[in-house]
Amino acid sequence: MPRILYVEDSGAEHAVEVPEGWSVMEGAVKNAVPGIDADCGGACACATCHVFVIEGPDGLTSSRSDMEKSMLDFAEDVRDESRLSCQIKVTRELDGLIVRMPASQH
Amino acid sequence: MNVAVKPEASAEAEAYALPLDELNPGHADRFRDGAIWPVFERLRAEDPVHFTPESEFGPYWSITKWDDIMAVDTNHEAFSSTGGIVLGNLLAARERLRLPGERTKEEQIEAARRGEGSSFISLDEPHHGPKRKAVSPTLAPANIALMAPVVRERAGQILDSLPIGETFDWVDRVSKELTSMTLATMLDFPFEERRKLLYWTTGDGAEMTPEERLAAALERQARFDDLWEKKRNAPPAMDMISMMAHNPVTRNMSRQEYQGNVVLLIIGGNDTTRNTISGSVYELNRNPEQYDKLRANPDLIPSMVSESIRYQTPLAHMARTALKDTEVGGKLIKEGDRVAMWYISGNRDESVIADPNVYDITRERPRHHMSFGFGVHRCVGNRVAEMQLTIIWEEILKRFPEVRVAGEHERSHSSFIHGFEKLPVVIPARA
Repeated sequence: MPRILYVEDSGAEHAVEVPEGWSVMEGAVKNAVPGIDADCGGACACATCHVFVIEGPDGLTSSRSDMEKSMLDFAEDVRDESRLSCQIKVTRELDGLIVRMPASQH
Repeated sequence: MNVAVKPEASAEAEAYALPLDELNPGHADRFRDGAIWPVFERLRAEDPVHFTPESEFGPYWSITKWDDIMAVDTNHEAFSSTGGIVLGNLLAARERLRLPGERTKEEQIEAARRGEGSSFISLDEPHHGPKRKAVSPTLAPANIALMAPVVRERAGQILDSLPIGETFDWVDRVSKELTSMTLATMLDFPFEERRKLLYWTTGDGAEMTPEERLAAALERQARFDDLWEKKRNAPPAMDMISMMAHNPVTRNMSRQEYQGNVVLLIIGGNDTTRNTISGSVYELNRNPEQYDKLRANPDLIPSMVSESIRYQTPLAHMARTALKDTEVGGKLIKEGDRVAMWYISGNRDESVIADPNVYDITRERPRHHMSFGFGVHRCVGNRVAEMQLTIIWEEILKRFPEVRVAGEHERSHSSFIHGFEKLPVVIPARA
């Protein structure tokens, strides 16, 4: 299973093996990794699963849909490496992905 | 559970006896009477995307299930906010006195489609986003952290002033006080006049005549025109008026649009949190075992807050207008049709929320509720609401072992604002 490293704003690290087909958000929420709220449950409708991609395949941050761009617009501290983690589907290519959570979700 | 059986039974009988096409879930009397639940339960089961051909709101669709509400709320191309975001009572609208220079409803919709003349909640993209962003930093976590100590101090003052062993109205003395104090802080409006903010927008509990309503609106406009001038000529600050007055996107907006935003921020920051504060006291009283859990473990406050926001759903619906023919839940909604998304029903959708009619402050995912809406119009102030509710409960638990409901409550006569007008309580003792 692809291994994803979730880093909290405090620096605390959580290495999790996430099944292919799940979203990066699900990998955190279903393993009780703190820092991702995901209020809408993965519908790209609330922007409370905001993460920064620290290390991952090329193009991962440029593949945002229009809806994701609109929703990300409302998150706080949005950067080039920002994504909504419910919109990143876990595949074999994502093995070794490192994401960092913001200080808080808004 | 201290619930009278009779009214609930008759509400259920009424909800199931009516022919479906006569069922008008927006009828405000049922909200006042606490009789809405069987109506939405029936619709979710029998007709989840429901058309009411005739009503005081005109013809409209009701969306009652979580997934369908989510589909409408996130389909911004098909469902517009420019036609008004509330089911408007047509009779009341006819009686309303218009402000000098105020546009007709049709003119207003036309202007909103061009991206002007309305508060940002009534605009679509691409106009909505940049204007919302002009105020959203005030409501973001960084600024909330700065505001929290002020809110806590004021919450403490409110609670310390309450009588012990004597019945009083929680809505008036706590819910309205706390939210109007916070709002005055965020708007940098004179603190002593904070209750005017409530009067100007909702009558502060009193029914207003059309003449009084007009006078209140004129006074509000004049005061906020003054505040705008003051903020425009002062260095930028972190209050919402200053942020709008200095942001390039909003600093040249029309007076009508500015005043619309003021009303939006007052209502959005006020009725919602106020009614959830009241609702949390009410539900903890109806569910004493939950109150016991909370007292035993104050770490449950944040999840109690979210559960209370779900359970209360302080804004029962938001409305949209279809811009094109669109299928929702197997029904064809036609271009121009009005659509109400009943968040209050989605929050009780048994296919998404386990035991939705149970008030449970230990839910695994308490933030998974619809009360803030979804999509680009999702509540911009949700973290401020949670902050206020969390702080007031932290301070209550420090001071009072019990806030006990001590008489009949009164609910708001509205199918938009789902709230309490009165909630008599007694605090038997200090901790």
